[in-house]
Amino acid sequence: MTDLLRLKGVEASYRDHQVLFGIDLAIAPSSSVALLGANGAGKTTTLRAICGMVRTRGEITFEDERIDGRRTDQVARLGIGHVPDGRGTFLNMTVEENLQLGGYLRRRSGAMAQRMEQIFTHFPRLKERRNQQAGTLSGGEQQMLAISRALMLDPKLLLLDEPSFGLAPLIVKEIFSILRAINETNRTALLIVEQNAKLALDIAEHAYLIETGSIVMHGPSEKLKGEESIRKAYLGY
Amino acid sequence: MYELFHQILTGLSQGGIYGGLALGLVMVYRTTHHVNFAQGEFAMFSTFLALTLIQAGFSYWSAFFLTIAISFAGGMAVERIVIRPFHQASALTLVCVFMGLLMVTNATAGWLFGYTMQPFPSPFSDAFALGGFIPAHEAGTILLVALMLLLIYLFFRFTWLGLAMRATAENGESSALVGINVGAMLALGWGLATGIGAVAGMMAAPIVFVDPNMMSGVLVYAFAAALLGGIDNPWGAAISGFIVGVVENIAGAYLVGTELKLTLALAIIVGVLLIRPRGIWGRSFVTRV
Repeated sequence: MTDLLRLKGVEASYRDHQVLFGIDLAIAPSSSVALLGANGAGKTTTLRAICGMVRTRGEITFEDERIDGRRTDQVARLGIGHVPDGRGTFLNMTVEENLQLGGYLRRRSGAMAQRMEQIFTHFPRLKERRNQQAGTLSGGEQQMLAISRALMLDPKLLLLDEPSFGLAPLIVKEIFSILRAINETNRTALLIVEQNAKLALDIAEHAYLIETGSIVMHGPSEKLKGEESIRKAYLGY
Repeated sequence: MYELFHQILTGLSQGGIYGGLALGLVMVYRTTHHVNFAQGEFAMFSTFLALTLIQAGFSYWSAFFLTIAISFAGGMAVERIVIRPFHQASALTLVCVFMGLLMVTNATAGWLFGYTMQPFPSPFSDAFALGGFIPAHEAGTILLVALMLLLIYLFFRFTWLGLAMRATAENGESSALVGINVGAMLALGWGLATGIGAVAGMMAAPIVFVDPNMMSGVLVYAFAAALLGGIDNPWGAAISGFIVGVVENIAGAYLVGTELKLTLALAIIVGVLLIRPRGIWGRSFVTRV
């Protein structure tokens, strides 16, 4: 079976400071993959590399097409949604405008309202607040909005950068169960970057461990969870 | 009483011109945090273009709309060719680039069109004068600027392109992630700003006459308006344009006299920066370090 996304020897730098030193990673269609590692290991940069937000070397292919070197908006056009670090909310716009922007590339499809309603079934709280300015939402609601914005694109692959960051455990649980539902019902592939390894391993079928810009280990989540030495050394629980 | 009413009206019509130019300044500032010092010179150049078209036999309104279209394309071209390479440059470098743009535009206009002052027609017939009660050009300017502001508002509020441009101004990275071509939006913003400037220039020209330095004073008032309204708030800038125009005229007539009117604009700039740097309607920024 051919991979949806494949990274081969991907390196990335910010100015003179190299962050990624050859990342190899593959995601099958409709699968869910976790990318785990400590602060500063290069998790966020890996996602940014996929979306053309940082200069890279090496190969990035999506549906057997090279996408490295493309502009960020061109990568989005292929069906890659990205929930960025810090959520990337358009704070001065309403919830509804944020969602419309998420569906920007689908604006001519005519199914905008329908998609929005479908997303509201996952996140009813956003529907109540649709005319509210996004900056006034709580952290959890903003994270839900960020995920919804990316879903408006109807992506084949959803990149999530620390969706649990700064949120109360109950909200995190809610968000992750919705992510699982999206993965299972919409067949959207997920690549989740997390510091909370336990959480990510519960949702992902496959996991990669990243350390100072290189993948040090990968395998099925069940297997990684089962080995105590790995858990202690890399996952911290 | 009639005298005061007249001063207010003149202030509003001049204020519309300031507001238009200030709106252009703010639009460019919001997307890139660049202050385009050459905004006034672009407006001047556009006005010369309109004059040339009219002298070549075009009717006023066809010259008017043709000038807007050419200015729009010219603004986009300048962004692409001159400004884009300096996207990551320091603030000081950019000030130099914009000052250079100002001087080059000014000198080119002088070289092409000469330095003699030339009259410029007003398109507004006496029908706008309400039976001689007010000058036709002032009334027409107020109406035209109000119409332009309304159109711009509708564009930003109700079109996809307007929404995408607002998004780019607010968060460029998120905009790119949802598939908006950010570079194209920046160029469009420049085009729009230059097009608005062209209207401001053509409305100012019947009063100040056309010459390469016609907008230098106007630009100072526009800066005062942009700062007063809040440099990141387009509607604040437009409204402040009208405020600055009225204050300038009333103060000029009753307080300081015509000679010190420009000083008043500078006083507003310094005053705003000292007392309330974010302006009346601007947001204050907190930067996390």
